[in-house]
Amino acid sequence: MKLLVCISNVPDTTTKVTFTNNNTQFNTSGVQFILNPYDEIALSKAIELTEGGNGTVTVIHVGDVAAEPTIRKALAIGADDAVRINAEPHDAYFVASQIAQYVKDKNFDLILTGRESIDYNNALVAGMLGEMLQIPSVSIVKKLDLIGNEIVVEREIEGGKEVLNVSLPAIVSCSEGVAEPKIPNMRGIMSARSKPLEAIEATEAGKLSNIVEYTTPEPRGSVKILGAEETEKLVELLHTQAKVI
Amino acid sequence: MAVLVYAEHVEGQFKKSAFEVVSYAKEIARNGNTQLVAICVGEISDEALGKLGAYGADKVLAARYAALNTFSSSAYASAIADAANRENADIIILSNSFSGKGLAPAVSVKLNAGIVAGAIDLPKTEGGKFIVKKLAFSGKAFAWVELLSAKKIISLNPNSYRIVDSPTSTIIESFEANNTPDSKVSVKEVIRSTDKVSLPEAEIVVSGGRGLKGPENWAILEDLAAALGAATACSKPVSDAGWRPHEEHVGQTGIVISPNLYLAIGISGAIQHLAGVSSSKTIVAINKDPDAPIFKVADYGIVGDALEVVPKLTQAIKAFKG
Repeated sequence: MKLLVCISNVPDTTTKVTFTNNNTQFNTSGVQFILNPYDEIALSKAIELTEGGNGTVTVIHVGDVAAEPTIRKALAIGADDAVRINAEPHDAYFVASQIAQYVKDKNFDLILTGRESIDYNNALVAGMLGEMLQIPSVSIVKKLDLIGNEIVVEREIEGGKEVLNVSLPAIVSCSEGVAEPKIPNMRGIMSARSKPLEAIEATEAGKLSNIVEYTTPEPRGSVKILGAEETEKLVELLHTQAKVI
Repeated sequence: MAVLVYAEHVEGQFKKSAFEVVSYAKEIARNGNTQLVAICVGEISDEALGKLGAYGADKVLAARYAALNTFSSSAYASAIADAANRENADIIILSNSFSGKGLAPAVSVKLNAGIVAGAIDLPKTEGGKFIVKKLAFSGKAFAWVELLSAKKIISLNPNSYRIVDSPTSTIIESFEANNTPDSKVSVKEVIRSTDKVSLPEAEIVVSGGRGLKGPENWAILEDLAAALGAATACSKPVSDAGWRPHEEHVGQTGIVISPNLYLAIGISGAIQHLAGVSSSKTIVAINKDPDAPIFKVADYGIVGDALEVVPKLTQAIKAFKG
């Protein structure tokens, strides 16, 4: 079984987000980058599915050389090899186009992504890939089992959940619950250094969108503190002042 | 030219998010001086479809044929893309709901259309540009995205645009898309939890953290949620500890929400949590630590033990609601 996991390199969740260049670029100075937490779940699931010599896991990343420590982390967790498509991606369509181009003649059985990256929160690449490759794509899955040449997935829908049988090859975007994130052990970290990491150049892809500016939320007003006995007063304020109940 | 909106329904009933996207799309159509076409997929009555006229749909396309009675992302996406082409729609609006997140990227590729996923405001169109504001960095910032393609897709976050009455005499038309159902995906089971308020759409959210001390104390939080008609949520440590299911986790690596009222109970307010809830309109914090960071973003705060304050608050809400 051949698995591919698409990974993003994102700012650590504790990052205080700032921008440079007239608020047109994310300020990476002093920022610690990590493997996107949802991609970590997808990768952990892929490794679980191939345990006991039952296949291989390749990770793919679209981005510049700065992401290589994160790619090595994925190899340390247990991926067998890695591909980096060298580019500065400007939107999800570009990323999906690059991955689709790479995947075309590789016969992957299952492609996993995280449900979204925690930087741009688009949740688009998995759905776009399905359409580009003309194979089924299921978004925001919280349970995944492999049964023969099919997967059974449980995904969230409005007001409930849906259980689907999907024949392979397929693409799944993974949410919490799919797998427990695996922590690399010393052997993994040592072997990651010598595992193959191939860098290939990006191909041409149309530009459909562009981020023109970033802004940050207005600071919120100051808090009104009430005593532990003043629950009735709170209800009154929520009704007359905040007008939310 | 036209604006096309995908109005999602659950078993023949529209949810609040459908009226939000129709209201949003109507405003865009009005600004562009063009008509608003809605498309609905799957079995639904004419009477229900007619409700979209109240929010400004000039025409409703009903793709009701049998092949579409169970949800299939690829068949639904084909129907929406076909409708966009046939109606000559240059702007396509969907909800950034769970199913919208599956559909929007597929429609984007079919139409070669740029997309803003998770928009929170109307597009700005000065100087011939088309720029839409969306949440980025899980609520820590906003990104202003310019769409450069001829056809443009916006998926709108739930609770980001108000429902606006805009009575219009609407025409309902049957619509048959050029697609076949996807034989590679079959629906095995659908489990509805109709008694619960859906978290992304909820107007009031009651959320608990480690200050509640254990899953056995969640009943007081659920009582408060029931009194308020609210959805329940939790912080990451709570779902990680298995006290509550993962789908209730709000924050940077969980669900980002923007309800009218967010009650954070026994939640200290780590930066990752604040990112996911800071676009709530009003925040109430109940925490026994007066220095907890949650009080820096809260509008109202009660310093006290959650286990004592919450039941009193529930009583006060019940008394208020009579």
